[in-house]
Amino acid sequence: MTSATAPPGFPPSRPVIEGFLSPRSISSFLYRRQTFYLLLLLVPPLLWLGTVYLGTLFALLTQSIYSIDEFTARIVRTPTLATYKQLLTQPANLDIVLRTVTMAICVTLAAAVIAFPIANYMVRYASPRTKAVFYVAVLVPMWTSYLVKVYAWRLILAKEGILSWMFQAVGAQGVLDTILELPGIGGPSLASSYLGMFIVFVYMWLPYMILPIAAALERVPGSLLQASADLGAHPSQTLRAVIIPLVMPGLAAGSVFTFSLTLGDYIIPSIVGAPGYFIGMMVYQQQGTAGNIPLAAAFSVIPIVLIAIYLALVKRLGAFDAM
Amino acid sequence: MAPAVEFREVARTFGTAASTVRAVDRVSLSVEAGEFFAMLGPSGSGKTTCLRLIAGFELPDDGQVLLEGRDVSSVPPYERNVNTVFQDYALFPHMTVAENVAYGPRMRKVRFADRSARAREMLDLVKLRGFEDRRPAQLSGGQKQRVALARALINQPKVLLLDEPLGALDLKLREEMQLELRNLQRRLGITFIYVTHDQGEALSMSDRVAVFNSGRIEQMAPARELYSKPRTAFVARFVGGANVVEGEAAQKLAGVPQPFAVRPESVRLLAPEDPTPAGSVSADGSVLDVQFHGATNRWQVKLDAGDVFTATLNAAHDLRVPEAPGERVRLAWPRESMVMLESA
Repeated sequence: MTSATAPPGFPPSRPVIEGFLSPRSISSFLYRRQTFYLLLLLVPPLLWLGTVYLGTLFALLTQSIYSIDEFTARIVRTPTLATYKQLLTQPANLDIVLRTVTMAICVTLAAAVIAFPIANYMVRYASPRTKAVFYVAVLVPMWTSYLVKVYAWRLILAKEGILSWMFQAVGAQGVLDTILELPGIGGPSLASSYLGMFIVFVYMWLPYMILPIAAALERVPGSLLQASADLGAHPSQTLRAVIIPLVMPGLAAGSVFTFSLTLGDYIIPSIVGAPGYFIGMMVYQQQGTAGNIPLAAAFSVIPIVLIAIYLALVKRLGAFDAM
Repeated sequence: MAPAVEFREVARTFGTAASTVRAVDRVSLSVEAGEFFAMLGPSGSGKTTCLRLIAGFELPDDGQVLLEGRDVSSVPPYERNVNTVFQDYALFPHMTVAENVAYGPRMRKVRFADRSARAREMLDLVKLRGFEDRRPAQLSGGQKQRVALARALINQPKVLLLDEPLGALDLKLREEMQLELRNLQRRLGITFIYVTHDQGEALSMSDRVAVFNSGRIEQMAPARELYSKPRTAFVARFVGGANVVEGEAAQKLAGVPQPFAVRPESVRLLAPEDPTPAGSVSADGSVLDVQFHGATNRWQVKLDAGDVFTATLNAAHDLRVPEAPGERVRLAWPRESMVMLESA
């Protein structure tokens, strides 16, 4: 349509510039060549992801099959499994791996157990207003500085800190002392025990568990729960037979977050908790002060392998069937 | 024997303190065992809430809900011997067809072999044998509908609740399923309570129909009676699509003191100068529109008295070519075709 035939009251349509490389010819060219259009959109980000992200990851992993010369502290660039052998046979290193994995499993389980009722309440029972408040409450801690939160927790958990003061105030000092005397998880104070570290980890990663579970719950229609009750299922049966299977993808996603974040973190273990090393601290130290890049790289392969195994496992259990 | 379902002055209100909606407003009804009972009404009239009150998804604020004489007003759904076919079918997406159908017995801890055998019987009943291992996502609308039916029937409920079960199906399939549902109900002898907004569906399938309007039952009667003797203007319009004349117009046109209804098929179309036939009432007006419906022509006429009248004429006998809107006509209907209604 040209401006001459535009109905009265309408602004005249833009004059059409016909010809090669006019805006219109480009847009109709792109409309006709969908594949070309897609490539145009996808190539730059893929290039970025490919080189910067996967490339560096690959470079890191290559480092792990090199080894370090004990005398010169130089990296020997011949492929060898010596570094992995060192990692998996030295009891001290194996300890670190086991300690980190145990912590990650405990944190993941606890986060799931705490997150599910919260997410369920948010999605199924809360009024729209309460629901919004809950979402903000879950998200706000993610906007505040990570370090501030960890140090705040150190003060809360310290020997003369808020928690021990509260235990004293209610006359339950004995309970706290008994907990701290437990072998393995206890310590001189909560701030220097594995229990304290566990509490901080769970606090830190809880939003990463709540949000995917809530998203998965949002996708379960209420009529399914009613159908289940209608067919004679008690609420606990509905939970096991309908809700949990349908929320599994969200639970799996959330647990990948909490699991991998715990495996890789080095700040929380170095600020709160018992002195034992964690994988993240080891990577930090080996590539920094110790200068043993191959060992650092080998350590960072462990979380990747563990997550891959974990995903394969949950897939086999049918966690993604409902997707 | 106690009725299968009974409501005594049941009320259910939704909303906050500031704005409340009386979804169900002191409804009393009773459905006999083995009856095919329809709840008919426009959306928001309270029919679905009544169904949910029977299923137990809603609990009454006031009054009592009884199943076979037992007060279940505060009994949860999983302790009631009724089952529901949901409007959106509500099939479990993570289970196969067989697992969906066997869900009820599984929750009641029936052994796997037994419940699988029962599920196969049910799938036979709804003619879906061979679909056991499909997922709901791989089924068509009509097939999902059958699975939902089989799943609800496997528990051998005393009452089956159907919430607009055919709403999502196309016309041909809907008519097929109407026939099948009716036959199934006769064969099993289960009480069916059927919610629909389609008056044709309600009239053709059910023994008795309750017509709902803003939370109350306007009229509860067998289908034929509902059609031939509507009690209120709402029922006459909603069920029969009837022309209703109210107030002064009734006095002026027919000389009667109360509102009356005339069904479109009783109305004759005359030329403006024709005399009023003996024993008939006539009214003048101008044509708004004529719709061709195959077997019938439907004339919409704006009466000078104010109302819009519909006249349905057999297309084989109505050979006149409709002129432009505005053509003057005279409508006439026999006095005995007028149904007197309750004054509003």
